[in-house]
Amino acid sequence: MKEKIGIFEKRNRYGIERNIDIIFKNSTLLLSSFVAIILFGIIIVVFSQSLESFSKYGLRFLTTSAWNPVTDEYGAFAAIYGTLITSIFSILITIPLGVGTAIFITEDFVPKAAREVIGFFVELLAAIPSVVLGIWAIFVMEPFFRGFFEFLHIRFGWIPLFSSEPTGRNSLLAIFILVVMLLPIVTSISRDTLNQVPQKLRNASYGIGASRWKTIFSVILPAALSGIMAGVLLGLGRALGETMAVTMIIGNSNSFSWSLLSPGYTISSMLANQFGEADGSQVSSLFYAAFVLMILTLVVNILAQWLVKKFSLKYE
Amino acid sequence: MNSLFYKNKSKRGITDKFLTGLSSICAVIAILPLILVVSYILFKGGTQLNLDLFLLEPNPAGYADPGGINPALVGTLIITSIATLIAIPVGVGGGIYLAEYSKGGAFSRFIRFGVNVLSGVPSIIAGVFIYALIVSTRIIFGSTYSGLAGGIALSILMLPSVIKTTDEGLKLVPNELRQASLGVGASMYTTILMITLPAAFRSIATGVILGIARAAGETAPLIFTALFSYYYVAGFDDLFYEMGSLSVLIYNFALEPYDAQNKLAWAASFILVLSILSVNIFARLVSAITNKTKRI
Amino acid sequence: MQDLFQQLLIKQRGSEVIKTNKKEIREIITLEDVSISYGNFKAVKNVFCNFKKGKITSLIGPSGCGKSTVLRSLNRMNDLISNCSLKGTVTFDGVNIYDKRVDPVEVRRRIGMVFQQPNPFPKSIYENIAFGARINGYKGDMAELVESSLRKAALWDECKDKLQDSGYSLSGGQQQRLCIARTIAIQPEIILMDEPCSALDPISTLKIEETMHQLKKDFTIIIVTHNMQQALRVSDMTAFFNAIKDEDASGGKVGYLAEYGTTNKIFNSPKQKITEEYISGKFG
Repeated sequence: MKEKIGIFEKRNRYGIERNIDIIFKNSTLLLSSFVAIILFGIIIVVFSQSLESFSKYGLRFLTTSAWNPVTDEYGAFAAIYGTLITSIFSILITIPLGVGTAIFITEDFVPKAAREVIGFFVELLAAIPSVVLGIWAIFVMEPFFRGFFEFLHIRFGWIPLFSSEPTGRNSLLAIFILVVMLLPIVTSISRDTLNQVPQKLRNASYGIGASRWKTIFSVILPAALSGIMAGVLLGLGRALGETMAVTMIIGNSNSFSWSLLSPGYTISSMLANQFGEADGSQVSSLFYAAFVLMILTLVVNILAQWLVKKFSLKYE
Repeated sequence: MNSLFYKNKSKRGITDKFLTGLSSICAVIAILPLILVVSYILFKGGTQLNLDLFLLEPNPAGYADPGGINPALVGTLIITSIATLIAIPVGVGGGIYLAEYSKGGAFSRFIRFGVNVLSGVPSIIAGVFIYALIVSTRIIFGSTYSGLAGGIALSILMLPSVIKTTDEGLKLVPNELRQASLGVGASMYTTILMITLPAAFRSIATGVILGIARAAGETAPLIFTALFSYYYVAGFDDLFYEMGSLSVLIYNFALEPYDAQNKLAWAASFILVLSILSVNIFARLVSAITNKTKRI
Repeated sequence: MQDLFQQLLIKQRGSEVIKTNKKEIREIITLEDVSISYGNFKAVKNVFCNFKKGKITSLIGPSGCGKSTVLRSLNRMNDLISNCSLKGTVTFDGVNIYDKRVDPVEVRRRIGMVFQQPNPFPKSIYENIAFGARINGYKGDMAELVESSLRKAALWDECKDKLQDSGYSLSGGQQQRLCIARTIAIQPEIILMDEPCSALDPISTLKIEETMHQLKKDFTIIIVTHNMQQALRVSDMTAFFNAIKDEDASGGKVGYLAEYGTTNKIFNSPKQKITEEYISGKFG
């Protein structure tokens, strides 16, 4: 027995190998904790940089829309309003489109190959950089919709949302380009959720003589609701923070207007526009706005994750 | 008459047809933007392509001749490489911890939660963070805006996707393999490096490559970290100065009123979209094919 | 401290060699009052058992009696299950392998394991065997070791011409013998087998049983099996585990060692009524 073990020189594993094992484990532990460090780092840094503005303007910052580097008076109401209005409208438009597409590619209306191609295209759309959608929006979408916006204003000008003369770049265009960006998110998450609905649920419904759409509305969609909701919330989080395409098409004006046809601002477009050239208390005010944006997206994302966790086990 | 035949005019039949039509319209609307954007960019940018584009610096505003986008092209490669060099070791290492070592305790649950939260942080916030941490403090050899800072900002955006793909890829490796290796007396690190990581390599590589492609098109984290530059990247020192990138070039030049600069923006969009889409298509095809042939 | 402990291990091994020379059959691994729990759920309790050196011992019993759990505790494979805990002592070579100073990796190097499902590495047949030997710091001729291990596992003739093929190119039974060869290659003192034939057809099962008879000369084998005929065919010693309702297990069942003795005794003249009932197929 003894010679047999003799040919295995590392049989007794003391020294280097044992230490490598411990070092390896602890370095992966350290690397994984980077996520927490970065996350807390972002929150702490952005908050501490915004303290100056926070103590000066307090919560008034959220409700006034003055933005005047000359008089040193700052309020982010217009940007916050723009962020919320563009995000909410774009997600409201995306929900039926995305869920409709997801239903189309999970049910067997067309052959499987065709459905896979559509699903693939939708995923590719998600890969197009935001800045490229921005340049496309400027040169293609804006001229295309000009006439439509005139029409909206003339016919529906009595609604506050369409009350202003349409300008070249405006909030409604930002909403449209956001829809393009949110579609892949909502579609792919809805598709995954719909695919997870067990076949036996469908069979149960078909078995009692329900038509296809009756089954979809009364069985499949309710079963997939939480997953779709999570997808919608993730999309909303993305819309709140989306920067480039919106910045390029929204017109960037800090004067507040109810109308979607006038130029607007979002927090992220304000950051993109002003951060490079800002100084003094303007920087701190921008950090304050960034902090507000971060809190908004954090809340929405955490809510989405909570939904996923809470309901994901339901049908297993 | 047999009541089992389709009743052509029944209310149910019409509603079903209407809804089916509606959902197919949704599907058409969903793929329309991709087709419109890609075809317009291929047309508009493809016509701008020439050799000078790849070799020259962009001319300042007002020139009739646009020049080229060489600095931005090189800059994108450099900045994305820096981000990759940071994000891969940190992300793969972190993913290894989550999948192989953690036992579902509070710490790993928190980190997984953090990964999801971090992936939802708006990209511009990553830029703001690095601006405050690195650019404004001049912490790296006194340089302010730099390609290095841009790369670090991008790496923050790449990190969650690298950790996630590593974690998920390793979790797909059957436990039997792990036991087989430990059963012949391998240490954890040998098991991970020689058995589980190689077994998960394809799925991790696909995820990481898609993550790199996404990062290459990011703009928001660069506009006030790397800023922009009109000049060639000439040497190592240039890492510590402003650096151009395709995405920032598109942003800056699309908003200029000059036709020559708009042309450069289109050409840059063409190159960016073409390379990102081909990486995506390639990675997905490879993973689709290997998924069919793989034995485990 | 570690070095001292190693010396202790080596010394112990020396004395063991002397004793076996006296033709005395010694216990190689001893369980004393071992209880194993998964979280709050107690799987096995109060097991006392001596496994004999150079013998094949089979662990039999109805499902859920914890026999696999006991087997996996012998080379600390249970460490990989997050909430698994063990009370009592498992003494191997004079050392409690659950002592804090004992390195589980080293335990596994000396107590190899073959699993229920054949689990070759996604590497060539040659590499499957070389991997374990290499990480154990094997210094000799690798090709020779691969050949001798494959021969001992009765697989050499079937795969000598395709050593560079993937381990997955073999049939299920061959894969399992490859896994046995892989374990032999690290020349452990004990080989643990966790229902090695449950995923195999009868012919492959027979081949593996033949292999085990061959291996008996060099190794101590402890095997978990569902198949009583197999236990009867291959083993010298048999341990019968049973599960009973237990007040600690909050209504669940807990496993215990009902009877342990030579296979002959257990199958022909068991002391316990429950053993007899199980052997005669009344439950399980």
